[in-house]
Amino acid sequence: MPTTEAPALTRKDFQSDQEVRWCPGCGDYAILAAVQQVFPDLGIPREKFVIVSGIGCSSRFPYYMNTYGFHSIHGRAPAVATGLKMTRPDLDVWVVTGDGDALSIGGNHLIHTLRRNVNIKILLFNNRVYGLTKGQYSPTSELGKRTKSTPHGSVDFPFNPLNVAIGSGATFVARSVDVFIPHLKAVLKRAAAHKGSAFVEVMQNCNIYNDKAFAALTDKTGRQQNGLYLEHGKPLVFGDNKDKGLRFTGTDFEVVQLGNGTTADDCLVWDEKHDNPSLAFQMASLSTGDGLGDYPVPLGVLRAIDAPTYDAGVIDQIDQISTTRPQTLDQLIHGTDTWTVDAGGTVHRGAN
Amino acid sequence: MTLPIAGQTAAGRAAEATVSDVVIRFAGDSGDGMQLTGTQFTNTSALIGNDLSTLPDFPAEIRAPAGTLPGVSAFQVRIADHDIHTPGDAPDVLVAMNPAALKANLRDLRDNGVIIVNTDEFTPRNLKRAGYESNPLEDDSLNAFRLYQVALTTMTRRALEESPLDVRSKDRCKNFLALGMVYWLFSRPLESTIDWLRVKFKRRPEIAEANVKVMKAGWNFCDITDAFQVRYDVEPAQLEPGIYRSIHGNSALAIGLVAASRRSGLPLFLGAYPITPASDVLHELATYKHFGVTTYQAEDEIAAVCAAIGASFGGSLGVSCSSGPGIALKAEGINLAVMVELPLIICDIQRGGPSTGLPTKTEQADLLQVMFGRNNESPVPVIAASSPANCFDTALEAVRMATTYMTPVILLSDGYIANGAEPWRIPQVEELPDLRIDFHQNAEGFMPYMRNERTLARPWAIPGTPGLEHRIGGLEKEDVTGNVNYEPENHDHMVRLRAEKVARIVNDIPDIEVDGPARGELLVLGWGSTLGAITGAVNQARADGLTVSRAHLWHINPFPRNLGDVLDRFERVLVPEMNLGQLALLLRARYLKDIETYSKVEGKPFTRDEILHRIEDMAGGPS
Repeated sequence: MPTTEAPALTRKDFQSDQEVRWCPGCGDYAILAAVQQVFPDLGIPREKFVIVSGIGCSSRFPYYMNTYGFHSIHGRAPAVATGLKMTRPDLDVWVVTGDGDALSIGGNHLIHTLRRNVNIKILLFNNRVYGLTKGQYSPTSELGKRTKSTPHGSVDFPFNPLNVAIGSGATFVARSVDVFIPHLKAVLKRAAAHKGSAFVEVMQNCNIYNDKAFAALTDKTGRQQNGLYLEHGKPLVFGDNKDKGLRFTGTDFEVVQLGNGTTADDCLVWDEKHDNPSLAFQMASLSTGDGLGDYPVPLGVLRAIDAPTYDAGVIDQIDQISTTRPQTLDQLIHGTDTWTVDAGGTVHRGAN
Repeated sequence: MTLPIAGQTAAGRAAEATVSDVVIRFAGDSGDGMQLTGTQFTNTSALIGNDLSTLPDFPAEIRAPAGTLPGVSAFQVRIADHDIHTPGDAPDVLVAMNPAALKANLRDLRDNGVIIVNTDEFTPRNLKRAGYESNPLEDDSLNAFRLYQVALTTMTRRALEESPLDVRSKDRCKNFLALGMVYWLFSRPLESTIDWLRVKFKRRPEIAEANVKVMKAGWNFCDITDAFQVRYDVEPAQLEPGIYRSIHGNSALAIGLVAASRRSGLPLFLGAYPITPASDVLHELATYKHFGVTTYQAEDEIAAVCAAIGASFGGSLGVSCSSGPGIALKAEGINLAVMVELPLIICDIQRGGPSTGLPTKTEQADLLQVMFGRNNESPVPVIAASSPANCFDTALEAVRMATTYMTPVILLSDGYIANGAEPWRIPQVEELPDLRIDFHQNAEGFMPYMRNERTLARPWAIPGTPGLEHRIGGLEKEDVTGNVNYEPENHDHMVRLRAEKVARIVNDIPDIEVDGPARGELLVLGWGSTLGAITGAVNQARADGLTVSRAHLWHINPFPRNLGDVLDRFERVLVPEMNLGQLALLLRARYLKDIETYSKVEGKPFTRDEILHRIEDMAGGPS
């Protein structure tokens, strides 16, 4: 039987005809480009992709992707995506959201989607500020941040998105950076391959309202000095020339200088598949991502475990009960207790 | 009617009397099983062929402190040998399982009505809890009634002396002793309840048998003693030939949604968050997985509606079901469905409010909320079910509008019909409306916001269809292309287009029908669950010689095309509503016609007599 190979998809196939309207210099452009480069390689027909977003700068994302897309309402994208994935398991559903959308107004949906392990991918663009509403502090803004709504500095303690995800029971948790294109693409591919909720925080620069928020990580020296590139099964080493490492004392991580008898073998070997999320939680706690703390910024996959997905569980139940308990609509409408009034007005029990 | 005291006496037996209509109220603590007892009596009477109507009345608290007035749970059922429309204004029989139940319900009882009390519960402590200063069984306060004092708990324990159950479990059977007595009193067979018990407690046969034994003991107690001097029967009603079942509104709604799913070929998805009195729709649909039904108990009301919208986007029949407070939370989601023009069914099972209000009581005060409770110009079709069985047809009609016009539709029900039951003449499946729809497939010339000329509906193009990739969202759309557009003329055009689309539904909904003279002095116009009380009142008024017409709205947005003409043909229009005049406000605004509101917001449905008296007042009293 002859088979027709569909022509391979390219980046261009995923570019919509809509003019991209983020501010010039916005980190979102780089993320859009990375997604458009990764999608053609996933082996999924274009019509099977759906991108669902909420409200905010990041949430304009679906308009620029030539896939099915749904720009929904503030914070609710995970809920829309859950209903879609439960009923259409054949689709590849991606949520694009921001720090305000996902962690403030939509926090409830985010944690419950992750808890259920719905098989969708969630990309959270974290720029630590509200951009579309023109510059208020967000739930990831650092303490002391001066914004339009915090003229004297924020006294509002921030979330670490990775910790929210891990604490919610997410089965895949990763972090990358808008300008680390190869790293970002690799993380996106890992997320795409994960069966279950995949949560990816992408540190993203807002050059208008929070410029250089991650400069200590993204500038030339910061990339090596402050980035901790996690790799499953590899020791935790970082810094220029990989001259530093992270040791686990049993209760805490500590930075060690390699050399003088201290080697990579003394560092913790990263295990993203560990059953217990505690270590991933502690890893996430090392840095909020700005590269300004005492510890490096963990990047890459913090956690990736296999677990049953909610949508598959729901569908399995429907399939199973449909097989074991067949019933016609007529039977359903009749129920169990009927009575019949015949033409003569006589009443008797049953349906005949 | 008043139950006759004397009837035909068979030798050595209680007198027997046939009555045409009787109202019985079972009342007790919320843990006493009164809802279950009443439901059993209802089902048995249904199988006899009586017409019937029920009114459950239970507290918001699951188990309020035992013996207190707030903990009283009641179930009223009316059975008749003729067509009835309401659960009755005043009970003929009150079963009171404790002093609080007596106190809370006595004022509704008809003069000379029958009271059956459980004397075991009339202890000084319980009397005090119920707020009685003296024991009503011993003073003269119940002289206007026929009081039957029965030691229900003692008799239950005695009947179960041999049973392996512990005392607590034995005592829980006492409602079946009362049920057995009432079955005897109204000449009902025990079989269907026995069958039910044995199925229900298949895995705990000792419980089933204890209840059977106690129920029979109640029956036999009446049969062999002379506890009652008269025994009654209610003959079958002359119902239209057909197959019947008894059905609650929420159940009819759930089954109606499944039927709509089958008739449309769309898989049903329910997103819901538990809320009284809507939760039973979630519970029931959760048992219909074998019909491909997906139920999703979301983290909140907002997620529930948004998940339903996501399911609709994917080509399912998205439904979300709630009550007033939940509908408020869903407003933004409903508006998203307005903007993206996807089919969506929102069921609002109304309850007393505002705020948390009266969760277990009924009200019709969400009408203006569902019409206007969203930001900006947000046209949404609204349809209201008028009886428990009518919830089935209403679900089908809501789905027809939603899929034909690509729009969210709001279906209004309320606590009264949601929990009330009535006989339902079961329809033939093949007679149900054909709701089949086709998803858009053709990529040539496809635009997500192109329009059907007649309905103005946009195409339903679902993800997974090659060549139809497109984006929808809450931002204003450019006509036809669906691209984001902020142009002033386009926005004005789109606002009017969305309004016009919903307005065009009028083209395929039925005209409102007038029962009685087509023109005249007085029209009683209703919507939703007031149908029974209005019909009963109007029929009685006519029997009393008054000339009065009646009409009932099913579609509220848009109104039927002829509604304005109908209103104009009457001198006066009376609208009874369980709110402060919400339909009246819509009618006045739309038709510039004066409307007289009859409001009742007590958390209870109108009685027939309340509306009858209002009709009499307006028509100058009985002629």
